Amino acid sequence: MTPMKNIPDLPLLIRVGAPLSTMVCRPKVPYSLDVIDFLSALSQTLLTSPESRHYPDIVAFAFWCRRSNLMRLAREFNSNHKRIGRGLTLHIAPGNVPVNFAFTLAFGMLAGNANIVRLSNAGHPQADILCQSITRLFNDPSFVGIAAMNRVVQFPRDDQITAVLSAFASARVLWGGDQTIAHLRAMPTSPRCIDIAFADRYSLALLDAQAVLDESDDGIHTLAAGFFNDVYLQDQNACSSPHLIVWHGPPALTEMAKDRFWSVFEKLVLRKYHISPIHAVDKFVHLCRTAALVPEAQDSVLHGNHVYRVRLQRLPTNIDNHRGSAGFFCEYTTQNLDCFKDIVDPRYQTLICFGIDRKALTQRFVDLGLTGIDRIVPVGHALEIGAIWDGYDLIGTLSRIIHCP
Amino acid sequence: MRRPDYSDWLDRLPYSMDLAAKSYHLGVLLADLTRWHTTQCAHYERILKLTGHSERKINKVEDVPFIPVRLFKEMELMSVDRDEIFKTMTSSGTSGQQVSRIFLDRETAAFQGKVLTRLMSDVLGKRRLPMLIIDSPAVLRDRHSFSARGAGILGFSLFGQDVTYALDEEMKINMPNIEAFIERHTGQDIFVFGFTFMIWLHFCNALQTQNIQLPLLNGILLHGGGWKKLHDNSVTDGQFRKVLAERTGIQRVINYYGMVEQTGSIYLQCEHGRLHASIFSDIVIRDPNDFHSMEIGETGIIETLSMIPVSYPGHALLTEDLGRIEGVDDCPCGRLGKYFSIAGRLPKAEVRGCSDTYEKHS
Repeated sequence: MTPMKNIPDLPLLIRVGAPLSTMVCRPKVPYSLDVIDFLSALSQTLLTSPESRHYPDIVAFAFWCRRSNLMRLAREFNSNHKRIGRGLTLHIAPGNVPVNFAFTLAFGMLAGNANIVRLSNAGHPQADILCQSITRLFNDPSFVGIAAMNRVVQFPRDDQITAVLSAFASARVLWGGDQTIAHLRAMPTSPRCIDIAFADRYSLALLDAQAVLDESDDGIHTLAAGFFNDVYLQDQNACSSPHLIVWHGPPALTEMAKDRFWSVFEKLVLRKYHISPIHAVDKFVHLCRTAALVPEAQDSVLHGNHVYRVRLQRLPTNIDNHRGSAGFFCEYTTQNLDCFKDIVDPRYQTLICFGIDRKALTQRFVDLGLTGIDRIVPVGHALEIGAIWDGYDLIGTLSRIIHCP
Repeated sequence: MRRPDYSDWLDRLPYSMDLAAKSYHLGVLLADLTRWHTTQCAHYERILKLTGHSERKINKVEDVPFIPVRLFKEMELMSVDRDEIFKTMTSSGTSGQQVSRIFLDRETAAFQGKVLTRLMSDVLGKRRLPMLIIDSPAVLRDRHSFSARGAGILGFSLFGQDVTYALDEEMKINMPNIEAFIERHTGQDIFVFGFTFMIWLHFCNALQTQNIQLPLLNGILLHGGGWKKLHDNSVTDGQFRKVLAERTGIQRVINYYGMVEQTGSIYLQCEHGRLHASIFSDIVIRDPNDFHSMEIGETGIIETLSMIPVSYPGHALLTEDLGRIEGVDDCPCGRLGKYFSIAGRLPKAEVRGCSDTYEKHS
């Protein structure tokens, strides 16, 4: 393929930007100032627009891409080498998390790439608001260079279109389940093309019993509110939402800590979460399934249909195959944090912690040689996406080094 | 534990028990049946243990532990030895390709038939009526598995004679068949049977577009299988009846509610348009928030109870339908027990989360 060959126009809907054939794909340096200018302008637009402020997920995105945060990320970006974007990056954005297409676009831009983002056809209002805001800025003469390099497109699941775009891409960012990834990886790409694939992941929480008991009443409410956001904002379907709760402490003490935490949590969930009838049935089906398939499940505590808790006698090594949704937890009590060694495999993503020295735990996991767990975050931060995600430094991976020793 | 036998209930009239009597007698029976399944089915025992039901006492039908009907699509649940199974019934249903598998031994299958006979004699009388099936004989061709549609047709055919199919292999109206059938049975009561959606799509619509009138004034139409697809097309019960009356003269239209997981103990519409629970079965409405049993007039998730399932633990099932109890013991038709209405399937929830990026349906 000759360098910088034009992409043909394809039968797809362009949500943001001019026709594909007019795209400019020459890469630039990571964290280039015009990209930071553009994203911070987007941040301001979103934070001041009344319609986007209804959506906490848009606000979270806007907050992430404000200038001061991007400048901090630029400073922290560890590069001893000269770096430049890889070229055209194709992003297949997730259908069920409305604002992730904007994050993945921003990561691609910050790495110095031209980007085509395939927006899912789910039709979220957040996507419309974001596309409108980006389009308005693209029409601003000061962002002409950025506009030429980026497109948001929409098309039905169509292997021919995806295949053409894949053939032009120097990098692909594939959000989504294992099946989707296997399917997309089977398509031919250019030999130098790299894929970053976000597979199905499993996440869990580690709560220290003594810390829960020592916490003030206010602190417990903050903990419960953070845990609520980690779990229920996406009906526990997000990859980083916890399904297993490992309680750290001696058995009797831990039972007291559980009582304290769950009694506060139950009230919060009843107030803030509406459980749809189908979710209630799904959850009940999962409880019955767990009874039949997980012999380690000892008993359960049901807080209405809002919170189901299954107590595990021992940790089944395949516990990650038994994830529920909409507030279904397996709980296990231990004093030995090396227990993670027995269960963690590459599918494990986020460990949400409370009352635990995260730095020391990270070192311990390194010493144990764990093959999974890419994130160790405090309770309340499970869903916070960033330029380091799923174990990848996205900006580093989406750019290349020009080595000049 | 000895295999339960409730055949003495067949001697009672199907709608003869008021709320208090039924809740007690059926409650005792279903408690007994729960013990049977607990001793016979390991998965069932585990489920009761983990959901905390093992220790709870059963005093009335609302206390009987229930399991989700969807479970039969996921696992093999049976309460008799595998070599006693003589028929496996399957149903598709709405959640994709997964199929319910219902394991019947001879006694359970026989009891299904006896209960159904008892209930149907209330509708058709004791005699076998000439029967017109609004479906295609092709449905029964594949006999190695009993699909819900095929099983329904076979089951209800026992109450008819000169069983005739109104549709041909391509689901088109078979006029020569129908005309000959009507000629053979002029002036007689006729039992017409079919599935609600099939009747609407392939019978009512065809009669309308081809401008056909059929003389079925003495017809008694029994139909079931759910309203979902009709409601999706904004067709109401009233419209359904009106078109049938206009095109065929049929006045008696009886809807039934039932499922392959509790074959036999169906719920039949009375002359006042209400679905009634017989003594062989019952309905409890569950609150989606905590599954407590709801009051008359409150809409929730339908749980169906039946005394028939002995060979599999399906005597108390949480369905995926919404409905409400309309009243108890006081329907002007005179039938005792609960009467209820269906409010459709549980609405699908929007899926949130990270998976499904390259979605098939768009």
